Amino acid sequence: MNIESNKAAFSKEPREENLVTMLWDIQRRNGWISKADVRSLAAILNVSPLDIDETLSFYHFFRSKPSGRHQIYLCDSVIARMNGYDQVRAALERETNCCFGGLSADGLFGLEDTPCIGLSDQEPAMMIGDVVFTGLTPEAVSNIVAQLRAGKLPADIANPNGYDSGTLDYVDAMVVSRIRNQGPVFFKPMRDHHAVLQGVLARHPIEIIDEIAASKLRGRGGAGFPTGLKWRLAHEAEGGQKFIICNADEGEPGTFKDRCLLTRSPRDVLIGMVVAGFAVGARSGILYLRAEYWYLKDYLERHIGECREAGLLGDDILGSGFAFDIRIQMGAGAYICGDETALIESCEGKRGTPRVKPPYPIQSGYLGMPTVVNNVETFAIVSRIVEEGGRWYASMGTEKSSGTRLLSVSGDCARPGIYEIEWGMRLDEVLGMVGASRPMAVQVSGPSGECVSAAKDGGRVFCYSDLSCNGSLMIFDESRDLLGIIRHFMSFFVQESCGICTPCRSGCVDMLTKVDRVIGGKATKQDLEDCNAWGHLMRSTSRCGLGTTAAKPILTTMKSFPELYRDRLAVVDGPILASFDLEKALKGHEDAFRNLVKDNY
Amino acid sequence: MTAKLYIDGREICASEGDVLIDVAADYGIHIPSLCYMRGRPCLGTCRVCSVVVNGSIMPACTARIADGMVVEVAQPEVADMRRALVEANFSEGNHNCPSCEKSGRCELQAVAYEVEMVVSRFPYRFAERERDQTARHIFLERDRCIFCQRCVEFIRDIDTGHKIFAIHGRGTHARIDIDVVLADRMPPEQVREAADICPVGCIIEKGRGYNDPIGKRKFETRSIRDRVLEGDKK
Repeated sequence: MNIESNKAAFSKEPREENLVTMLWDIQRRNGWISKADVRSLAAILNVSPLDIDETLSFYHFFRSKPSGRHQIYLCDSVIARMNGYDQVRAALERETNCCFGGLSADGLFGLEDTPCIGLSDQEPAMMIGDVVFTGLTPEAVSNIVAQLRAGKLPADIANPNGYDSGTLDYVDAMVVSRIRNQGPVFFKPMRDHHAVLQGVLARHPIEIIDEIAASKLRGRGGAGFPTGLKWRLAHEAEGGQKFIICNADEGEPGTFKDRCLLTRSPRDVLIGMVVAGFAVGARSGILYLRAEYWYLKDYLERHIGECREAGLLGDDILGSGFAFDIRIQMGAGAYICGDETALIESCEGKRGTPRVKPPYPIQSGYLGMPTVVNNVETFAIVSRIVEEGGRWYASMGTEKSSGTRLLSVSGDCARPGIYEIEWGMRLDEVLGMVGASRPMAVQVSGPSGECVSAAKDGGRVFCYSDLSCNGSLMIFDESRDLLGIIRHFMSFFVQESCGICTPCRSGCVDMLTKVDRVIGGKATKQDLEDCNAWGHLMRSTSRCGLGTTAAKPILTTMKSFPELYRDRLAVVDGPILASFDLEKALKGHEDAFRNLVKDNY
Repeated sequence: MTAKLYIDGREICASEGDVLIDVAADYGIHIPSLCYMRGRPCLGTCRVCSVVVNGSIMPACTARIADGMVVEVAQPEVADMRRALVEANFSEGNHNCPSCEKSGRCELQAVAYEVEMVVSRFPYRFAERERDQTARHIFLERDRCIFCQRCVEFIRDIDTGHKIFAIHGRGTHARIDIDVVLADRMPPEQVREAADICPVGCIIEKGRGYNDPIGKRKFETRSIRDRVLEGDKK
């Protein structure tokens, strides 16, 4: 790849905020991004090559060394590990003749691990380019690899009927959307989006904001900020342009509800974005789609295109004079981009580092303009609120947590999948509903959330003041090694910390070291005191939500499962220091003694 | 607009929107920091200036003055957090003060004395970090980098504004990099500036070092506290 061909490919107003897209274009053409590519991009964008490398090296899926012809990313999540990950991993290494982290000698295969890819109800799963394979077994792996060796493309294997990549059939051929119940809000068939939008455009933006405020809807990304208030502030903010961003970077391990919404109800989400644009006075929307969901891209593009044709998007929406359009921005593998300011940085072609706040995105977001960032689920709900009214929505759920929300349920239960629940439901009710017969622990909101005890916490309630679930619900029964799971979560945070601030960059590693001491039976009470104090330090001083929550796998299990730690504490009956390993210290003594004896006789 | 606020119980008047760490310094209250430089955009990376503002902990470099604000700097718990954050930087890299040519003019070292750090409570990592000595005038001693980003943001190529320093990778695998072509174009005064704003001994000016005798070094002649409080640009 040389400057000329890259220049030709990126001739249209090359701007820095397209950098992530440009890097993807090169990688999808060549399999990787070479030093020469970096230099040519630097020349095109008029920045230094280091500046390009900063972005390139930040994202997990960008490769700065040659790839295998088929670059395989196997999902390594705790749920995958409960469902045969180890056997599938071994089968992949055997069949491809390749080790994880490397390439096969023939250059045909490359193997890598990757954190949760949003398929926790059908693990083990892997990605080969844009294509995903779910419910893997060692046999399935041999079969897939044999077909790849025979020259078949991954898409042809996963989609044997050859459906067009813009169709629902194509998505369905790869991934199952297990929607387990029909609630009042989501996945309504045959909705008339045209009429919904017409109703919205006939009203004043302030009325729409009032409607959303009346619904008491709180953002579904996890933090639970009141959506109506966010929109009102953005409406009042001054700026030449305003932007609406849909956060579809569904990276929290264990969650997959946004994937199902984008698959089954993409129009609800798109229309919700238009409504937000109308309410705050924005003309542009960005749907930030995680790279793991690339198989949804053409499908979503098709829906956006159809909305344009139907006049639901574009320069003059339904003849109202209101203009709004949506583009898709692909992520490139970084959990941190779920943070709204990191996501904005990523949209601007930069490293996904969370910004210093204030200013907040509603004041200065994308390109320094007032920006509303909401979750996929929030937009889907908005499209229903403007249809049925804010009071209708507020009548469901509890006083402070209105409406319903989607749960992505995975792990040890009979019926994993997507459930719509009203806020206010008890944990034991949910466990019963999903068929969890012997639950021990429930990880609410993924690693960044809380690990609760099914025995002790069954009466706790899903609502913002108690179990404020972000959509991820992983169930572990009594057979599971909870400390191993905690370790997996902590190493996830070590990998995903962006490293911009001291407490998170340093603290995640220190906390992982502590878990290892507990698992190794070397921890003393002081180690547990340290966990508590250091976790508090991370929570109090980190820059963004990743750092403030990263110690929670340890902190919350110390609370709900204290015996887990107590049973492993080092018993100080020998040496005074728990770290002193007598066996290790005496290793070699016997040999030395024997040699001495031999020498003397 | 003038705002009234309280720092450790003391009533203070300042302009609304001003940066807390600056206002505190103007009133003789030193809040240590490793990344913040007065008059320059806040980087918010080291978190060492964490204080309690209206009951929540936040860095004083990002906090803006508002009327009625109640700030606690000396409160023991948050003071210990500041010390812990300094200690964390010592454990992460390899900081061997006695042999470091930045000793005596190193902000990390000076701030460590200021927060009365004795030894790090976190396990020392003894990380292996490769040095980069390819630039003509700059020696990059990565053992000492604390990822403050001062050089990344504030030292740019004079003609083009391009980045000369940048962070490669992320998290615990991050690494400070230098663009040798641009670095070799830096005039001597800019090389000196880069070495000076580096709060540790990571960016070292080649051919210069150990110039001041012990006892006459920067923070020995005047402490970092006095320098910050007297508005010295460091």
